Amino acid sequence: MKIIVCIKQVPDPEHAKMDEKSGTVVREGVELMVNPFDLYAVEEGLRLKEKMGGEVIAISMGPPQAETALREVIGMGVDRGILLTSRDFAGADTWATSYTLSKACEKIENYDLIICGKQAIDGDTAQVGPGVAAQLGIPQITFVRKIDEINEKNIKAERLVEGGYEVISSPMPLLITVVKEINEPRLPTLKGRLNAKKAEIAHWGPEEIEAEKDKIGINGSPTKVDEIFTPDLSKDGKIFNINQIDEAAEEIVKKQKEMGLI
Amino acid sequence: MGIKVIKDKCTGCGICFKVCQYGAIKIIDKPHTLENGKEMKRLAVIDLEKCVLCGECVKPCPTDAIEIKTQTHQFEGKENYKDVMVFAEQRRDELEGAAFELVGKGRELADKLGVNLYALLLGKDLKGKPEKLVAHGADKVIVISDDSLYNFLPEPYTNILMNIIKKYKPSIFLAPSTTQGRALLSRAAGKIYTGLTADCTGLDVDSKGNLLQTRPAFGGSIKARILTPNMRPQMATVRPKVFKPLEEDTSRKGEIIEEKISPELLKSTTKFEKWIEDKTSAISIEDADIIISGGRGLGCSENFKILFELAEVLGGAVGASRPTVDEGWIPYSHQVGQTGKTVGPKMYIAAGISGAIQHLEGMRGSDLIIAINKDPDAPIFKIADIGIVGDLFEVIPILKEKLRKVING
Repeated sequence: MKIIVCIKQVPDPEHAKMDEKSGTVVREGVELMVNPFDLYAVEEGLRLKEKMGGEVIAISMGPPQAETALREVIGMGVDRGILLTSRDFAGADTWATSYTLSKACEKIENYDLIICGKQAIDGDTAQVGPGVAAQLGIPQITFVRKIDEINEKNIKAERLVEGGYEVISSPMPLLITVVKEINEPRLPTLKGRLNAKKAEIAHWGPEEIEAEKDKIGINGSPTKVDEIFTPDLSKDGKIFNINQIDEAAEEIVKKQKEMGLI
Repeated sequence: MGIKVIKDKCTGCGICFKVCQYGAIKIIDKPHTLENGKEMKRLAVIDLEKCVLCGECVKPCPTDAIEIKTQTHQFEGKENYKDVMVFAEQRRDELEGAAFELVGKGRELADKLGVNLYALLLGKDLKGKPEKLVAHGADKVIVISDDSLYNFLPEPYTNILMNIIKKYKPSIFLAPSTTQGRALLSRAAGKIYTGLTADCTGLDVDSKGNLLQTRPAFGGSIKARILTPNMRPQMATVRPKVFKPLEEDTSRKGEIIEEKISPELLKSTTKFEKWIEDKTSAISIEDADIIISGGRGLGCSENFKILFELAEVLGGAVGASRPTVDEGWIPYSHQVGQTGKTVGPKMYIAAGISGAIQHLEGMRGSDLIIAINKDPDAPIFKIADIGIVGDLFEVIPILKEKLRKVING
């Protein structure tokens, strides 16, 4: 089986703190990490390879420093990493990102399965996985929580949806996106880390993947960021202490009545 | 195209440096003169090797010294795309609440633009449903019924959607940001080559007919306003429970259009095998009117019991913060927050939750927020309507008894 896993390097949210005075978000140093949901995708790819043989290839679009993310998953056991990097890719929205990743998948060719995390924690769109499937014209199963059956030709998987799950079957090749429930990602081994250090990460630009120049990066993106701002979260709530529980309870009951909950 | 620092505007104040999440901005010693003649010592420079053009530095700059230029695509026949259309999501032939919320919001947008509001309804047996959509604000309901549309499958749904868009040419197309809506619109926008904005929490239109789409990013720590200036339709998924539906008005008049679909379009590579309801919690947190959530302050798995007891009294569901799920105290299906579920109940009680940005983002839409925490400085109190500073193990039993008395009369 030839498995492609798409990963993204994202800023570590633990380093984002609300500045109490100004109400803006400030970063305490810049820390980048592999999008947590993508680690489940990598783990699932590795498990399938262990079961069925084959190869797991990780691809990522990003600036040169995103190489670190690819090395991290090579440390977990991924066979090779490809970085899609070029100034022309920068500023891509989900459409242009899907396009770029799909062109890379076409170049890799003969893949059986593409696995993505359900979404990236910086944008939270969950759009790129299905976007890649659409561009490649292959089927998709999103939000997969368990693969029930898989062989060289077919897959049957459980898709987590509101209030339960759906069992979907499909022929390969296809793209799946996975949720947290699917597995527990492994940590890099010592040997893996050594491999990761030595590994050669291929760098592909628009020419290598034969991407049309006007469909990539900020220029190829149908959506434009008009403005970014910090929302004001604060409310002027009533605060009670432990000796005022009676008053607090009365206040809660009052509000509940107002809202028709009682 | 690209990003640049306008040298004669940059004061070297360093705000952009602090904002950048990618370490792509440096402040260097570089004496230069501003356009107003002032001498400055320092200048911001952008490392293009690191910059991803996210745009986050543009607005915070006090002197508008950072500029991002983009080319825009031309789209033939943009002016033919006029109306507003919403996807009326159903599951197993039951209309979702989100369908009415979108019809309500779509009504407002259509009125501002002076155009028609369409609702698109796909399913098996949809008797009575189109009328309900009209009563909630739709001008026209396009109905497509087929046995195979009972369950959502991405390919046939996408094929139909693309066909309808081709025929009716809506300028705006909205769907809920549910598992169905996200899978469907991502696929359709990918094929059509148009803009899609995920999980919007604010929507408006400007005088040019642009849809102003506001959405949280980076776990809600910032918000972005997104436009699709040239491509059509402007597609967006909309967070459920943010917009309120209109009151049902059965006297409203509307047109119901039955569209016939060629069997070709109904073909699907993926096959729907079965639907399995997950009964792990009595009321699932997305549907609950009242949620009682626990955080690290609970201390251990067993202590969730006191929340379940309170939930029973109030008729609510139990939620949880990420650390408690990571510790294995409660299953993931209970997790509220950025990497869990987004909820918008009428009442949300946060017990022993300090209020990380990632958690707040998943529950801020709640109507009434009650926070119980030992630490008076916990961020959760900032967004609470009612806060009780105290040990949750003391507060909750007292609260439970008081509320039980009121509820039982």
